[in-house]
Amino acid sequence: MDLSAINPILLLASLMVAATPILLAAIGELVVERAGVLNLGVEGMMITGAVCGFIVAVNTGSPWLGFIGAAIGGALLSVIFGILTQFLLSNQVATGLALTLFGLGLSALMGQGYIGIKAPSFPDWHIPLLGDIPVIGPIIFQHDPMVYLGLAIVAATWAFLKYSRAGLILRAVGENHEAAHALGYHVMRVRMLAIMFGGACAGLGGAYLSLVRVPQWTEGMTAGAGWIALAIVVFASWRPGRLLLGAYLFGGVTVLQLNLQAAGAAIAVEYLSMAPYLATIAVLVIMRAGRAPGSLGQSFHASR
Amino acid sequence: MITLEKRPQPSRAWSLATPLLAVLLTMICGGLLFAALGKNPFETIRTIFLDPLFSEFAWFYRPQLLIKGAPLVLIAIGLSFGFRAGIWNIGAEGQYIVGAICGAAVGLAFYPTESFIIFPLMIIAGILGGTLWAMIPGILRVKFGTNEILVSLMLVYVAEQLMASMALGALRNPDGMGFPGSRNLSQYPSAANLEIISGSGMHWGVVTALIAVIFAYIALSRHIFGFNVRLAGQSPRAAKFAGVNPAAMILICMGLSGGLAGAAGLFEVAGPAGQVSIDFNVGYGFTAIIVAFLGRLHPVGILLAGGLMALTYIGGEIAQSNLGLPLAAIQLMQGMLLFFLLAVDVLTNYRMRFGRRQVV
Repeated sequence: MDLSAINPILLLASLMVAATPILLAAIGELVVERAGVLNLGVEGMMITGAVCGFIVAVNTGSPWLGFIGAAIGGALLSVIFGILTQFLLSNQVATGLALTLFGLGLSALMGQGYIGIKAPSFPDWHIPLLGDIPVIGPIIFQHDPMVYLGLAIVAATWAFLKYSRAGLILRAVGENHEAAHALGYHVMRVRMLAIMFGGACAGLGGAYLSLVRVPQWTEGMTAGAGWIALAIVVFASWRPGRLLLGAYLFGGVTVLQLNLQAAGAAIAVEYLSMAPYLATIAVLVIMRAGRAPGSLGQSFHASR
Repeated sequence: MITLEKRPQPSRAWSLATPLLAVLLTMICGGLLFAALGKNPFETIRTIFLDPLFSEFAWFYRPQLLIKGAPLVLIAIGLSFGFRAGIWNIGAEGQYIVGAICGAAVGLAFYPTESFIIFPLMIIAGILGGTLWAMIPGILRVKFGTNEILVSLMLVYVAEQLMASMALGALRNPDGMGFPGSRNLSQYPSAANLEIISGSGMHWGVVTALIAVIFAYIALSRHIFGFNVRLAGQSPRAAKFAGVNPAAMILICMGLSGGLAGAAGLFEVAGPAGQVSIDFNVGYGFTAIIVAFLGRLHPVGILLAGGLMALTYIGGEIAQSNLGLPLAAIQLMQGMLLFFLLAVDVLTNYRMRFGRRQVV
């Protein structure tokens, strides 16, 4: 094995890229869970976003339109989850699983004519001045715009939850839906909006995989990224700041194992590929999760 | 305006009718989907649901029904206990894979000795492998409070990689000229999971699945364990007061579902699949979740639901070869079925009221 083949600057730079899809999906799910809804269908929404984004981008030639299409696709799929859990009061765990199974089937069907095509290129930004700083420049300031958009969404979500009135209502609905209902807030409306935001973010995360990271469409290409996003939300104790840490930690493990594979490590490729999943389990065990939102996973029915 | 009113008790009639209603709605929506794909919806639905049973080639498909249905029923029976108790083992696919690896490894270790003891040993190894793999999320949940849904699911991806490494490394056929995959167990008489009646599809996994259905029925309706499982799911607090140990309940339910999934994996690898290979698993562990819910977590219901899902698999393959229907469309239809099932379940627990709600 030739460890000197691994360039630490490139490693850290690709870490940010590897973390972005997980970060996007996780920030959406964080908002959903803060509103008291457990949507286990992240994987399904992500892969639907991946295929929607890819189809739109290939047909229009514009990756930006692709990302918009992916967000719409993910949000539309999440509406099914919202209707079932909010209006038909179905079990959220089972419905989330159904959404994943449905999304995997739907994406495979939609993407049939698109296997083996290359996505239109999505060039990196070379931010003037900042991008020219040695070491830090290539690591932080020479990525594609979606990396920065992801960070902006995380920051905006943090500010929204902490400082805005709407964010306070959302948290109230998640902590105690009976009390929020008694105060006159529309529990279902808040939750539906949160679910759709979660779907749109998961869709963006999926499209980042199919348009930037791979950039191709293959069936089942998310390979558990949606589930890892769910784990990172728990790891982050439902706080956006720690979410960033979790996503970058995970991105680091992924990039490191890929680099070790490329450097010809003495460990078989299969065992290196297990690393991100094992790391996720280890993180779940080591990090004691904070307190979950009070009404997480419970159905709300206004009987009075 | 339609409002929902909670029933004092779940309706028995609706709880029997909703699975049928869900199947009907899936057929209608599936038909629309097939029409959108440019196929004749009536012909496609007939091909999927009736041709495996009644066409002129049905003699070929009927044994397939048992072969595809057995792992689904076996896994779903195990899952149903946990789901009833509110313990979500989503990683049955991983336990299925590890059961197959362990069972096959024991069989291959004896190659080429012939003895009647080898197959029973393989079954035990398969069950143990699946159980131990399921114990990982179980013990982590009990000891550290980690979420068993996420851990069991992560372990599916780990198990898939393990399968690949076994097929390429430790268990690779030494006479296979470097091709991935193990020796073919179905050509090794002492380790083969053969049909008990030739040409019927009735292998040992089918028998085990039927026995599991009977035992599950007795356990759920006649034994204190089944009562405790139901109690733990419906009212965890009451269960605690009744002396049900929640940690033991988690471990038993995880172990049970893992063991049965492991057994299903062993029967598959020693019979229909024949060898450890990279593309061994085809998603039975996930489809079994649909089977468990479609069967209303009831053993007899699961048996019927397993048959129906096996039917869609076989019918899907026929539709693929005869009508050119993409296999993903069948997967989509299976997901749709679970959606409809969850949606119409509202009728079991709630009553619909039409008209404006009166202000009192």
